[in-house]
Amino acid sequence: MSPNNYLVLSALLFSIGAIGVVLRRNAIVVFMCVELMLNAANLAFVTFARLLGNLDGQVVAFFTMVVAACEVVVGLAIIVTIFRSRRSASVDDANLLKY
Amino acid sequence: MNLILAANPFTPGQTGTPEAVLFWILAPLAVLAAVSMIFVKKAVHSALLLAWVMITLAIFYIAEDAPFLGIVQIVVYTGAVMMLFLFILMLVGVDSSDSLVETIKGQRVMAMIGALGFAVLLIGAIGRSYTGFAGLTAANTDGNVEGLAQLLFTRYVWAFEVVSALLITAALGAMVLGHRERSSERPTQRELSILRFRPGSKLPGAPLPNPGVYALHNAVDVPALLPDGTPDPSSVSRVLKARGDVLDTKAFEMHTIEEGEDESK
Repeated sequence: MSPNNYLVLSALLFSIGAIGVVLRRNAIVVFMCVELMLNAANLAFVTFARLLGNLDGQVVAFFTMVVAACEVVVGLAIIVTIFRSRRSASVDDANLLKY
Repeated sequence: MNLILAANPFTPGQTGTPEAVLFWILAPLAVLAAVSMIFVKKAVHSALLLAWVMITLAIFYIAEDAPFLGIVQIVVYTGAVMMLFLFILMLVGVDSSDSLVETIKGQRVMAMIGALGFAVLLIGAIGRSYTGFAGLTAANTDGNVEGLAQLLFTRYVWAFEVVSALLITAALGAMVLGHRERSSERPTQRELSILRFRPGSKLPGAPLPNPGVYALHNAVDVPALLPDGTPDPSSVSRVLKARGDVLDTKAFEMHTIEEGEDESK
């Protein structure tokens, strides 16, 4: 098997995550799709590290994980705050700036 | 083939057969789980499917000579991040299901076409970036964790420090966002008690009746019967009602008394 298959898998997962971000209305599910995209990028980093024979890709994947953890903490706090004031976790309901 | 070999300074390597078997079993399952994640209706199911995708990726990391990242993936993602997601789902309410109304006309079709084009572009670009297979055996000679640590504390030490500052900022931000300023004084027990017994009060003076106190069914999804024989909806949890899981009391009424049972008892 060619190691390229890992890269194809990562591209597929990234695109699936992108579809989810555009299609879903529930803010928490949108967030999960963003996580999926970050994970797909990590898989590409790890595969490239292996193809090139050094550990730099793995270090970058490690940093991505830390940033993803930060993003989840702040994002979920924002979702909870919005839910508290609007009683809804739908991204369509937070449209005050539109009018 | 010869042309490719001539163009590449490295001879193209292949992974071993066990890894190929692992890949061809787990990769379709991961794609299937990811696709169903964006199409299932309940957010909790999405979370579980995403947890599965993350576990699959962790196995791939371990197969790709990155054992440290594989373990971190399981501990941080499936352990911490997914639990945080489930926690927030339960807090926000599992009944807050997605509205399936299209707010922008043709958004779904456009998204599908766009994502398909993007996938083709990405696969075309990334799939051709293969220049040779060096493998991590040389880089991992001192151990994967030691190799990562060496890089992390020498070449990437500045990024490491910046990321630690980011973590602290995120923790502070979550605390600031989660904090709620109290606009009125906290009511004392005495005030609450007076409020309960005032006529027209929404709070009950006595505790609420317990759900499900039947001989035939004793679960919390059946409302209790009041002394006059009517079911009391306030005895069942609000969440169960929103989910539509409340059963009818009628089905559990006992109409016949068994033979030999003394009525006067």
